[in-house]
Amino acid sequence: MRERRETLKNPEHALRIFRVRASLAVLVVLLLSGLLVGRLCYLQIVQHEVYSTRSENNRVRVEPLPPTRGLIYDRNGKLVAENRPTYNLTLVRERVDDLDETLTMLVNLLELPAEEVDEFKVRSRQRQRPFQPALLMSDLTEWQIARLAVNRHRLPGVEVQAQLLRYYPHADIMAHALGYVGRINAEELQDLDPGNYAGTHFIGKTGVEYFYENQLHGRAGLRKVETNARGRVLRELGHTDPEPGKDLTLTIDSDMQQLAYDLLDGRRGAIVAIAPQTGEIIAMASVPGFDSNQFVTGIDVASYRALQEDIDLPLFNRATRGSYPAGSTIKPFMAMSGLIEGVITPEEVVYDPGYYQLPNDDRRYRNWLRWGHGRVDLERALAVSNNTYFYSLAHDLGIDNIHEHLGSFGFGTRVAADVAGQGDGLLPSREWKRARFEQSWYPGETLSVGIGQGYLQVTPLQLASATAVLANRGHHVRPRLALDIGDEAVPADLPNTPPDIEVGNESYWDRVFSGMEKVLSGREGTARRTGAGLKYRMAGKSGTAQVFSLGQNQKYNASELRERLRDHALFMAFAPVDNPQIAVSVIVENAGGGSTHAASLARAMTDAWILEHNCDLPQGESCLGGKDAEDSQ
Amino acid sequence: MIRDLLGSLRGYPVKQPESGISRRKTIWQRLHIDPWLVAMLLLLMSAGLMVLYSASGESSHMVIAQAVRFGVALVVMLVLAQFSPSSLMRWALPAYLVGMLMLVAVEVLGDIGMGAQRWLEIPGLVRFQPSEMMKLAVPMMVAAWISRHELPPSWKVLVGCALLIGLPVVLIARQPDLGTSLLVTAAAVFVILLAGLSWRFIGFIVALAGAALPLLWINMHNYQRQRVLTFLDPESDPLGAGWNIIQSTTAIGSGGIWGKGWLHGTQSQLEFLPERHTDFIVAVLGEEFGLIGMLAFLALYLLIVARGLWLAGSAQDTFGRLLGGGIMLTFFIYVFVNIGMVSGILPVVGVPLPLVSYGGTSSVTLMAGFGILMAVHAHRRLLPR
Repeated sequence: MRERRETLKNPEHALRIFRVRASLAVLVVLLLSGLLVGRLCYLQIVQHEVYSTRSENNRVRVEPLPPTRGLIYDRNGKLVAENRPTYNLTLVRERVDDLDETLTMLVNLLELPAEEVDEFKVRSRQRQRPFQPALLMSDLTEWQIARLAVNRHRLPGVEVQAQLLRYYPHADIMAHALGYVGRINAEELQDLDPGNYAGTHFIGKTGVEYFYENQLHGRAGLRKVETNARGRVLRELGHTDPEPGKDLTLTIDSDMQQLAYDLLDGRRGAIVAIAPQTGEIIAMASVPGFDSNQFVTGIDVASYRALQEDIDLPLFNRATRGSYPAGSTIKPFMAMSGLIEGVITPEEVVYDPGYYQLPNDDRRYRNWLRWGHGRVDLERALAVSNNTYFYSLAHDLGIDNIHEHLGSFGFGTRVAADVAGQGDGLLPSREWKRARFEQSWYPGETLSVGIGQGYLQVTPLQLASATAVLANRGHHVRPRLALDIGDEAVPADLPNTPPDIEVGNESYWDRVFSGMEKVLSGREGTARRTGAGLKYRMAGKSGTAQVFSLGQNQKYNASELRERLRDHALFMAFAPVDNPQIAVSVIVENAGGGSTHAASLARAMTDAWILEHNCDLPQGESCLGGKDAEDSQ
Repeated sequence: MIRDLLGSLRGYPVKQPESGISRRKTIWQRLHIDPWLVAMLLLLMSAGLMVLYSASGESSHMVIAQAVRFGVALVVMLVLAQFSPSSLMRWALPAYLVGMLMLVAVEVLGDIGMGAQRWLEIPGLVRFQPSEMMKLAVPMMVAAWISRHELPPSWKVLVGCALLIGLPVVLIARQPDLGTSLLVTAAAVFVILLAGLSWRFIGFIVALAGAALPLLWINMHNYQRQRVLTFLDPESDPLGAGWNIIQSTTAIGSGGIWGKGWLHGTQSQLEFLPERHTDFIVAVLGEEFGLIGMLAFLALYLLIVARGLWLAGSAQDTFGRLLGGGIMLTFFIYVFVNIGMVSGILPVVGVPLPLVSYGGTSSVTLMAGFGILMAVHAHRRLLPR
């Protein structure tokens, strides 16, 4: 109490102190308030624009709406690549009352095998925003979907969502020609327009799917949504519909493709068929094929390794990338080159003693018939596939002319307009040899090229294309796979089409065709057995390609080794001769010397195309053209 | 008295007491409250409820709960206003001791339980935060202690003050509750400052505090350090602690001068703002009502502080004056720290915006403070001259 009395003794003094301090406090309060006001003015006036933008960006999110991929049809309107809805099981955690109970119910309902249940449960517990559907299972069966639908009311938060997945109904036969889509990988992502591909998971990896990716993909749409901080969509602010990808109609006839595939089934090889007048690729088969559907969702490692290590190389597109010695199938082109260059005339005769000798050289270049064909003119040389005639022709032409003229038929270049992954083949020249081996060109090598051996390598696609040019009497059309893109037809006259081959005397074509017809129909023709019973005029040329070495360092067993050292059988042909509807090249690996193996396949293709598929007449009437029909009567 | 009050409220004539002094008493004087201050507080509360309605995502449930708390707080204020300053002074020591006891209890129970524990709970009955009570008990104790001695306080008295403040603050900081320990310290320090602490000593303390900063840093919890670091560079941790500051400055900045309108703040309505109805509610205010709204609220706060200081100044005893002044300055510190941290000029510490942020305890404490202030003011004539 004593102290308290003391304070009361001098109340005026204490009050004075308080007032001074209180005034100071008010001053400080005002200063601090000024600081706040300053800060608020800075934020709300000076920086207002910056923060407005930031706040706008904060709440508005742009969600991509992926376009549906264009469908692919064959020339008859048959679907060869479609989008199959698959159904995924998703779970929105937020709406599930009891996760364990729901999972147990689902497992019982879907009758999941024990080994899948654990994985299923692990997936359900993955960290995810509670309002976003988590993927539990993909590709539900119809039975599962039905079971889920019936029990829907008992399963809040469980949803079945549809997703479109590429599906190839004719996967094996079309795999190489059509290609396939797969998940976009990191490398591809770098080259893609991020806006357009934001919602897209698949991209064309090979073939048509790859080449026409832009058209097939379409344009992504977008949805502007307002979200909260956790990303939950609150409402839609704007919407742009996606532009679906264009449908593609292929030049391929799936029946012909199927036929080509079946003809080669059990072998390794390729068949390419082209409509010469338009360049439409009717069939382009590489056998063995593979199931491209496996690649869509991502092939498992074991299956992929099996495909890769398969001795038959099913993943290798023989039709477009396979390089084979042309063998004697090069002879019609050599003949045309000689006629154009004027080093031979159709009537000129070469004497064949069974071999050919270069001037001042002892070495003999042998005909395939040891004792020789004797006197041989152009047509006979083609019909019997005389080597001596073409050694002589090659020597007279020289490698430079050969290179030029064979090149004008498309050898050594990528001929097709829209085929992804074409090989170049190999059309040798002096320059090429110098660059490759640092050696000059030897005359003997010219002779080898003259009969389609040596350095010369062709792809089945090149051979078919060159055959088409030949059938067209030198008129080039670029082979192509797209008939219509969306509603627009692809024109036959594509840019970068090589100039037509000019021949001084048009009858030269007829003489070469005549020689080629004799291959099938002539008494001495190498494929005369195949030509028996032809209902139209067909021109062709057989070939045998020697297998010099084994590719890869694979271990073959003895019988396999022998089989794989056998020659490749080739055949090129077109028909009908006066009005060519189809040009075809066939290669059957290790079929042995007999060119008949390949010739019969070519015949089957032309028969099918001319007599069945390319026929506009009503059923029951003869499909044969007027002249052919008269001839056969 | 209650009968008289009810009578006056119903408009019935109240029986006038005979005393001449008593006859001049208004109803406010009978209630021992200051009508101006109460009016401003009611205005603030109403505006606060409006902001809360928006900040809570239009939850009428929350607004009603808050309104009920305001009601309770008003009753507490009214009750406290009835005490005379001398009885308040008598209660200072017991209140302080009980508070300390509960803080120790929290400490012990907190050790038994897990992690931070700020609450004492009588299960099913009440959950109580003793540190909140200390916001009033400590300045009361310090004011009582100082006013027992000659002013300005001597060294001996100041050492006593340091102990009286230090013990509870250390306990609160250990909970850990940086915001409350800061406010408790501030309240007590204001009392000392108002008591006439010598400037030389103030300089000494400031220097000492500066020297003690590294020590404070060492004793801080990691998350507290993180808050300071984040404050210095919010962009360094945009998804973590910096998120709050980035989002709240964005909200305020995007509000501009006029604001986006009530219930139309995108930052707040779309839940970008964290703790938008508690500590960060001022960002909602800034976004929806703009600079104009912020200035209006700030002005209201300043008027309340000014009125409060005037009331404190008019108190007739030193204890009341110091306590009242300390309470008012602390009230301002609430406002300053809260707006400062939400607008990004102060580190984030858990300090609510008075009578606007959602939460019961702080409203009750604040209103209790106003009750004490009014008691100090209104009871002056009852003091013996």
